[in-house]
Amino acid sequence: MRARPLSPHLSIYRFMYTMALSIAHRIAGIALSVGLLLFAYWLMAAASGEQAYAAALGILSTPVVKVLLAGWLLAFVYHLCNGIRHLTWDAGIGMEKHEARRSAVVVLVVALLLFALLASLAFFVGRAP
Amino acid sequence: MKGGSLRSPLSRALGHGAAKDGVGHWWLQRVTSIALVPLTVWFVFALVTLPSLEYAVVRAWLASGWTPVFAVLLVLVTVHHSVSGVQVVIEDYVHAKPLKVAALLLSQFVHALLAVACVFAIAKIAFQAVA
Repeated sequence: MRARPLSPHLSIYRFMYTMALSIAHRIAGIALSVGLLLFAYWLMAAASGEQAYAAALGILSTPVVKVLLAGWLLAFVYHLCNGIRHLTWDAGIGMEKHEARRSAVVVLVVALLLFALLASLAFFVGRAP
Repeated sequence: MKGGSLRSPLSRALGHGAAKDGVGHWWLQRVTSIALVPLTVWFVFALVTLPSLEYAVVRAWLASGWTPVFAVLLVLVTVHHSVSGVQVVIEDYVHAKPLKVAALLLSQFVHALLAVACVFAIAKIAFQAVA
């Protein structure tokens, strides 16, 4: 049988920045799924006892993991904001091209503001591990 | 009822599309999305506004009032949302069938493990605090 085209047809569209938001939504989602592993490890450590939790905090407070945590925070606020944008589309709102481009800008601005707020609460008030 | 079968044409067709059960999957992704807006915002804000992430502080918070209830809800909805999202990504980008099935199985097993581990951890913390 001849190879048939499979969705998604990534290569036939002219690039628009709304496409970047779309693929970023998936990448952020996958990143958050991977982050669940660390979240479960942290919870299990907290349930296991003081020693296990101290070991977990030791891992969480290494510079590499701190950068990863910031990345997950960014992925979370972006996936949240853009997810709400997707839900408005599901409700049939804002599907015109110019509306979708405008909401893309709104999502980016709100996500960055939320990231700044949460990151400053977590990292600069000294609460982060 | 051609050919003597008692199965209706509908029952023969159900579940055999490309996505097996597209509408139910699509709908649950939306339901979990909507539920996760308040749940995740609550959890992340609560986490970053805790006085610290020290052992006693985190355990006391996780065990207090309605926190364990909403934390379990958050875990279950998050894992469902995550496993169905990962499924869509695998189905879209992994086309070789053995690899696709292996990836889907791995994702489902890991997500099941995550759900049970998180619920167990929250329950343990909550019940130990009461005892």
